[in-house]
Amino acid sequence: MLVWSRPGRIVIWLVFTLLFGVLFLAPLAVILLSSLADQWNGVLPSGLTTEHYSDVVQGAAWKAVKASLVTGFLASAVALVSGTWAALALRIQDATLARVLGVLFFIPSAVPSVSVGLGLLVAFSHPPLLLNGTIAIVMVAHFVLISAFTFGNVSAGLARLSPDFEQVASSLGARPAYRLRHVTLPLLAPYLVAAFGLSFALSMGELGATVMVYPPGWVTLPVSIFSLTDRGDVFAGAALTMVLVAVTLILLLGLERVTGRQARS
Amino acid sequence: MSVPAFTGSNVMDVDAAKIRGAGSNVHFDKVSVAYGAHVVLHPLTLDIAPGEILAMIGPSGSGKTTALRAVAGFVRPASGRIRIGATDVTDLPPYERGLGMVVQNYALFPHMRVEDNVAFGLRAQGADKALIGERVKDSLATVGMSGFAKRYPRELSGGQQQRVAIARALAVRPRVLLLDEPLSALDAQIRRNMVEEIAKLHRDLPGLTILYVTHDQTEALTLADKIAIMRDGRVSSHGPTVELYRLPPNRFTAEFLGRANLLPVTVTEGATGPKGFATARLGDALLAGAARGEKPGDKTLLCIRPQHLSLTGDEEHTNRIVGTLKEVHWQGELTHLVLEVDGTPVRVSATRLPVSLPERGSAVPLFFTPGDTSLVPEDVRG
Ligand SMILES: Nc1ncnc2c1ncn2[C@@H]1O[C@H](COP(=O)(O)OP(=O)(O)O)[C@@H](O)[C@H]1O
Ligand SMILES: [Mg+2]
Repeated sequence: MLVWSRPGRIVIWLVFTLLFGVLFLAPLAVILLSSLADQWNGVLPSGLTTEHYSDVVQGAAWKAVKASLVTGFLASAVALVSGTWAALALRIQDATLARVLGVLFFIPSAVPSVSVGLGLLVAFSHPPLLLNGTIAIVMVAHFVLISAFTFGNVSAGLARLSPDFEQVASSLGARPAYRLRHVTLPLLAPYLVAAFGLSFALSMGELGATVMVYPPGWVTLPVSIFSLTDRGDVFAGAALTMVLVAVTLILLLGLERVTGRQARS
Repeated sequence: MSVPAFTGSNVMDVDAAKIRGAGSNVHFDKVSVAYGAHVVLHPLTLDIAPGEILAMIGPSGSGKTTALRAVAGFVRPASGRIRIGATDVTDLPPYERGLGMVVQNYALFPHMRVEDNVAFGLRAQGADKALIGERVKDSLATVGMSGFAKRYPRELSGGQQQRVAIARALAVRPRVLLLDEPLSALDAQIRRNMVEEIAKLHRDLPGLTILYVTHDQTEALTLADKIAIMRDGRVSSHGPTVELYRLPPNRFTAEFLGRANLLPVTVTEGATGPKGFATARLGDALLAGAARGEKPGDKTLLCIRPQHLSLTGDEEHTNRIVGTLKEVHWQGELTHLVLEVDGTPVRVSATRLPVSLPERGSAVPLFFTPGDTSLVPEDVRG
């Protein structure tokens, strides 16, 4: 809806700012403030301190960052490869089959992630599929949860790719592998990077399934935050949250720069 | 001597075969295409001679692109065979057919510079570096784009992109060049120039066989040695360009290729005289026209092009009809008139007008020579 009158526009902006502020910025601001709070009993903290940050840094923060980054990177990379492969493979199937399989891919994201974790735990706790208590089961859980998004992103990219590019390439003598490497994938690159970024962000914030399956010694950031706040250590939890936000943000901005450069080149 | 089948890797063989000098013919042998139960190409038999430009024209949806893509290998015929030269390519994948293809929106690879676009086919086929460098230079020179090798496609205008697309197709020394509406994304002025440039390209590469798909009759008339007119998935007519224009074999062809006045007439006498003209009756007038084996009593159509009708008679113009003047549109070089003859609207494009133009609504005589007319059978379908 287009609103032309000046007061109308001001109202629209106010509503937008309010919504954005209340829903997105306020929680973040509260967490930021908590992470720096000395004591917080009144409306505002009674004093500010960086003590919580030094606590978490001296504590398990770095191990958690590492666990989250490694999990996120590996799960996203595998999801990217398999999601891309699935999208490419499904494209040449007949349309009905492709749609059905496409929907199947999304089922894990419709199920509560706790249930996904539980399912994996049950499924992989007997030989020969004994993954229970390994790092691998964390990876598998993340992979299951994020692969639908990589698949969806790459499929969307493929759907927008004019078949002319690939057909011209074929007619010029490019075999399928050459065509994939030199035409299809480069043209899909922006979607691949976006898919990777989204997967990574999802993985960084994943809690429900991870809580169910994580082994001792592989505590991801969200799990650490959860257990800190669960123990009543809200300020430390807030500090760790800010670390999580910072790491994810740096990552996404880095990816954004890569795609931005690609789009310009 | 057997001709080796083209495969993606034997670039050198193809080069040695001097494709430039001797192109291949393309043969459609009862090729049909269906999407599910929907038949979009009825069994099509058509031959494109080596070095010939065949324009396939017809309204949108008539199956032109489908026929072209069957040659390229992107549409599988439901029946029939397609041969290129001595090779039956029906079962070959597109990358082994040795063709060049140019599509309407160019489809230049946006992530590659012009030179890499042009080099693409040869690189994909594993040609050696020196050959690629030479061919890229050559092909870009052929289309007048040598100065743009380092540019990216988005830094080029539509016309320039089209040239690069053609250069990219030429660089692999295709046996056949397939062009699908190559100019329809360009504006009128550039399109006219490009038509001339494609004509020049073919003069430089006379051996190159070209299948040129378009819905634009001007492009077809300008470029083509032969024209195939498509209608509802069938070839409505096929023949040398001039012949098809002068002696259209049916109403659809007469109306699709240029403008045509088609007057319903009754044949009174079959082909007679040294020129073999038939005589036909239109109202009170007896008219002569190029015959097509009509017999007395046949009802048929007399085709006269608007530019062949004259308001002023001389001894050549032995045919005369009288119409009622309805509209006059003066356009500088040409004046377009619309008259009504026996209930049929008749268009006239006149360069010379009588000193005083007749009034609207008055009876006006129109003159034309028998040699400029032909008898055209009414279409059986539709
Ligand atoms: N992939 C497809 N699936 C189903 N029908 C198609 C497909 N491609 C083309 N058609 C149909 O085939 C007919 C001929 O199309 P096309 O060859 O593209 O016509 P033209 O190029 O002459 O405009 C049209 O009726 C079109 O709707
Ligand atoms: Mg078409």
